[in-house]
Amino acid sequence: MTKQKKTMNLNFGPQHPAAHGVLRLILELDGEVVEKVDPHIGLLHRGTEKLIEHKTYTQALPYFDRLDYVAPMNQEHAFALATEKLLKIEVPIRAQYLRVIFCEIGRILSHLLNITTQALDVGALTPSLWGFEERETLMTFYERASGSRLHANYFRTGGVHQDITNDLLNDIGKFSEKFPKVIDDLENLLTDNRIFKQRNVDIGIVTKEDALSHSFSGVMLRGSGVAWDLRKSQPYECYKNLDFKIPIGNNGDCYDRYLCRIEEMRESVKIIKQCLKQIPKGPIKTIDGKISPPKKEELKESMEALIHHFKLFTEGYRVPKGEVYSSVEAPKGEFGVYLISDGSNKPYRCKIRAPGFSHLQAIDYLTKGHMLADVPAVLGSLDIVFGEVDR
Amino acid sequence: MNLAELNNLLNSELTSKIKESKIENGELLINVELANIYSTMLFLKTDSKCKFRQLIDILAVDFPGEEDRFKIYYLLLSHENNIRIKIVSQIQIDSKVPSITKIYPSANWMEREVFDMYGIKFKNHPDLRRILTDYNFKGFPLRKDFPLTGFNEVRYSEKDKKVIYEPVKLEQNYRNFDFSSPWEGTKYIKEVKEKVKND
Repeated sequence: MTKQKKTMNLNFGPQHPAAHGVLRLILELDGEVVEKVDPHIGLLHRGTEKLIEHKTYTQALPYFDRLDYVAPMNQEHAFALATEKLLKIEVPIRAQYLRVIFCEIGRILSHLLNITTQALDVGALTPSLWGFEERETLMTFYERASGSRLHANYFRTGGVHQDITNDLLNDIGKFSEKFPKVIDDLENLLTDNRIFKQRNVDIGIVTKEDALSHSFSGVMLRGSGVAWDLRKSQPYECYKNLDFKIPIGNNGDCYDRYLCRIEEMRESVKIIKQCLKQIPKGPIKTIDGKISPPKKEELKESMEALIHHFKLFTEGYRVPKGEVYSSVEAPKGEFGVYLISDGSNKPYRCKIRAPGFSHLQAIDYLTKGHMLADVPAVLGSLDIVFGEVDR
Repeated sequence: MNLAELNNLLNSELTSKIKESKIENGELLINVELANIYSTMLFLKTDSKCKFRQLIDILAVDFPGEEDRFKIYYLLLSHENNIRIKIVSQIQIDSKVPSITKIYPSANWMEREVFDMYGIKFKNHPDLRRILTDYNFKGFPLRKDFPLTGFNEVRYSEKDKKVIYEPVKLEQNYRNFDFSSPWEGTKYIKEVKEKVKND
């Protein structure tokens, strides 16, 4: 007699607190064991790539804040690097340091959110309350630099929008002194916590080979023991002057990925401290008047500045014909921009490579054979943000 | 291995398949015939010198008015050699691209996205459905002839007590400004002049 297999279909989301946004999963269950997962994405699709084709390069930048909205400046960075590569311009040293400082702040922002919400998904409430307090402090730094807490629009082609005060640098310094204590506190709550370990150890294991063939990047790759970080292997900006380590996991399960993120936050703090020590005085964007707008004071005095200002804010700058790919190590993995310019003031095509897209794709492979309750745990450790998956 | 060495290696190993290869902006771009995509990718992944074990992304670009309307790009990364490569192929509007999901499982969603956005079909793809657009969406939004504002919009209708689809109504049309430099002369004046000349 053959045993008849009965599977049940379960619809998870699109509105579900553990789905980290608008994710709809069609789960095929055999009892409580997951047989198949079919994610339906695109519920937050806003047509970013299409919109960018219709905007000048300066206007296109803010769209990148809205992709991975928990670490906005890291995305802007990829686009700024791509246009700079096409324009062949150098970024002043001070601007490079400012960019690195804010990218590392972005990394902490993202990891804090991920670790604490992952803990929330498996039943711990306190970490998220503690973590979000720190996130608030970090977002005030964003606000003081750029004027807004989330959608910063701070990076520009050739540098950053405006200089920051010494006060702000000092405050970031003070934060980096006391933040490791907060990481310790979070670790006290989670790292040896019995429930947290039961829910995460040996769940969603990824082997080295599979991590590569599924196009994983960032923590998802390093958690499985692949030593790969774009900041080290293909350094951009001033990362080669900075001393930091790349934490690597052993088992490739959710718990190792959690540990990697914790260690990465410590490394980020180290990077920020070094940047604060090394940051020189000087210009914060390229002095090429054809690309970066003049200072407000100059407008009243110089005819040339006035013309540049007018041209930059109506027509924008033209980018030479060509195509480039540039990528950064965003908190979630390799965030890349493939930019094709036809020589006009608007990108002809701007493809955004979001790390979360390939991570979420692997959810079927990751959760097959696990229990239903493990799905949120795996989803949490994938570090999905729908802004970037759906674009 | 650096880019130039890789370029030489590929040109000697895949002589018949490569139409053109160039290094531009520090990136290697090789152009292959559509029919050779699968074998080229297989070679790049499995060859002991290349080891391009990771597919970074697949993207398409629309060039309306050209004979081969679309271009499809594959971006690969080799961790061992710390090197990237781009593979490009020109395709016509109705040609079918061989799917590489067997070589790189992660190509699945990337090919679905290309299909969703451009309507490019893939041969031997296990599950070629739309991915990012709405259920029952019509048209291919990233084609250049698809309007930015789209065709339909949704709203909640109090009368029907459900979300309904309606044709897009705009208070003001989308304005596409002419940015050509006044010193070079604007496009429409040139067109008028040409017309006068031809008449």
